[in-house]
Amino acid sequence: MALLDIENLSVSYGSIRALRGISLKVEPGEIVTLIGGNGAGKSTTLRTISGLLSPQEGQILFEGKPIASKSPHAIAANRLIHVPEGRGIFANLTVEENLRLGAYCRKDTHEIRQDYEHALELFPRVKERLWQLAGTLSGGEQQMVAIARALLARPKLLMLDEPSLGLAPQIVQLIFQVIRKINAGGTTILLVEQNANLALQVAHRAYVLEVGKIEMSGPAAELANSDDIRKAYLGGH
Amino acid sequence: MADFLQTLMTALAIGSLYALIALGYTMVYGVLKFINFAHSDIVVLGAWLSYSFAIRALPLVGLDAHNPATPPPIWMTAGIFVAVLLLCSLAGFLIERLAYRPLRRAPRLNVLITAIGVSLLLQNVGQLDFVFGASPQKMPALLPNWELPIQFGQGESIRYVVLPLIDCIIFAVSGLLMLALELLIFRTKFGTALRAVSFNTDFAALMGIPVDRAISLTFMLGSALAGAAGFLYVLKFPSMNQPAHSVWVLLGLKAFVAAVVGGIGNIRGAVLGGFIIAFVEQFGAYYISSNYRDVYVFSLLILILLIKPTGLLGSPVREKV
Repeated sequence: MALLDIENLSVSYGSIRALRGISLKVEPGEIVTLIGGNGAGKSTTLRTISGLLSPQEGQILFEGKPIASKSPHAIAANRLIHVPEGRGIFANLTVEENLRLGAYCRKDTHEIRQDYEHALELFPRVKERLWQLAGTLSGGEQQMVAIARALLARPKLLMLDEPSLGLAPQIVQLIFQVIRKINAGGTTILLVEQNANLALQVAHRAYVLEVGKIEMSGPAAELANSDDIRKAYLGGH
Repeated sequence: MADFLQTLMTALAIGSLYALIALGYTMVYGVLKFINFAHSDIVVLGAWLSYSFAIRALPLVGLDAHNPATPPPIWMTAGIFVAVLLLCSLAGFLIERLAYRPLRRAPRLNVLITAIGVSLLLQNVGQLDFVFGASPQKMPALLPNWELPIQFGQGESIRYVVLPLIDCIIFAVSGLLMLALELLIFRTKFGTALRAVSFNTDFAALMGIPVDRAISLTFMLGSALAGAAGFLYVLKFPSMNQPAHSVWVLLGLKAFVAAVVGGIGNIRGAVLGGFIIAFVEQFGAYYISSNYRDVYVFSLLILILLIKPTGLLGSPVREKV
């Protein structure tokens, strides 16, 4: 059974249809990436899965159970965790408070402690900044806090929306190394990226979204070599 | 010196009341980014509930309802206080649930107009005969009328300052409530969640925080503080104006000014603003002229808005991108 199974999902903003019947699956242990240009509906897809938007049609099954009508906090409590575009950091809280909120739904104090240490090991730079207000961090550091915080929820499925957005190339490399590590630790990841090159390198499978429709899908390595993709997204010839 | 001390004590007591009310304005603004104009009516509700409970409770211990010979036992006064807090927080909960929550996704202006509507509704329902009625009443004394005289000078120039017990009680009770709120907001998991909600409701929901419940609790806390302010206010000023009287409106308005002066949305700012407003008002009234007491308050507001539009402690948090 797929961890996440989306069937024929349609979402509108008022009269504008952002998603026109998309279907996708994420199997346990995978990194699946959703690539596509601006306005293709990538963020809309994630926002609908996490309950911030409600679909007009279609269903979303998480671990076989429908979640499309649930509220976002109930979906997060099921450990389907969404790191939104722009990172979703609470600028008015300290880094430490931000991290603690990641474990908001958990009661297992001892394990939270372990996950906290583990998250800080992945991002040593975050550890130096624990008492700072999160709003004072650089964009890269904020992204690290956002991912570390998501890990504190012990996600079954981690959805990352454009983790590379606006970051320096070295930081992007570092973030993507960590994404690999997190996945190697057994966490399933759904990655939305505009940087298709990078996304296809790290993912197992990929879906290409264009104006609200899935245009192509398949193993990431195959798509990376397909001519259409190279022309449209990878700047190839 | 003597007059200074007396004015100081009054300013501290009044400042505590402004601060208690301002906290409700600022907390609601913090999470929902709109001014809850019905907040000052919760103060009135607290005041009039205190009166209604008092005149019903006093005969139970054999005292005259309107003019008790002695104050009631302290447990009765405390009981009335707690009942007022609970009912006011229930009122706050219901107002949010019935009037504001259906407008959660509506433009902010709609919510603002609704708040004015709720305020008018409460004022007019309060005047109905079977609610509180439209005539002024006198609050029976619930506390002993103790005063602490302090002597200054010698012989011919001897002077006394009389510090009323009620001022000390107002200051102490408000102080404890504000301390409790401070600890709740800045030292507990729930408080962290509330501050997260006030930054961004969507992000908070993604953490698994039940946003609607957090908003309900914000209204309940703010309304309980407003109820406390209403209770303490009528103990200090027992001549109660009818529920829609402009005295109440002005009280709420000054507390709102306190919240803005301190930096709306900022909890500590509301407390600071409450005391600043009361000090300007009381000292201005004593040393310059009491005819202009409202002028001092609103002039200060204009001044602050000119110099620091975000209020004294309000600093817009900039997000780096």
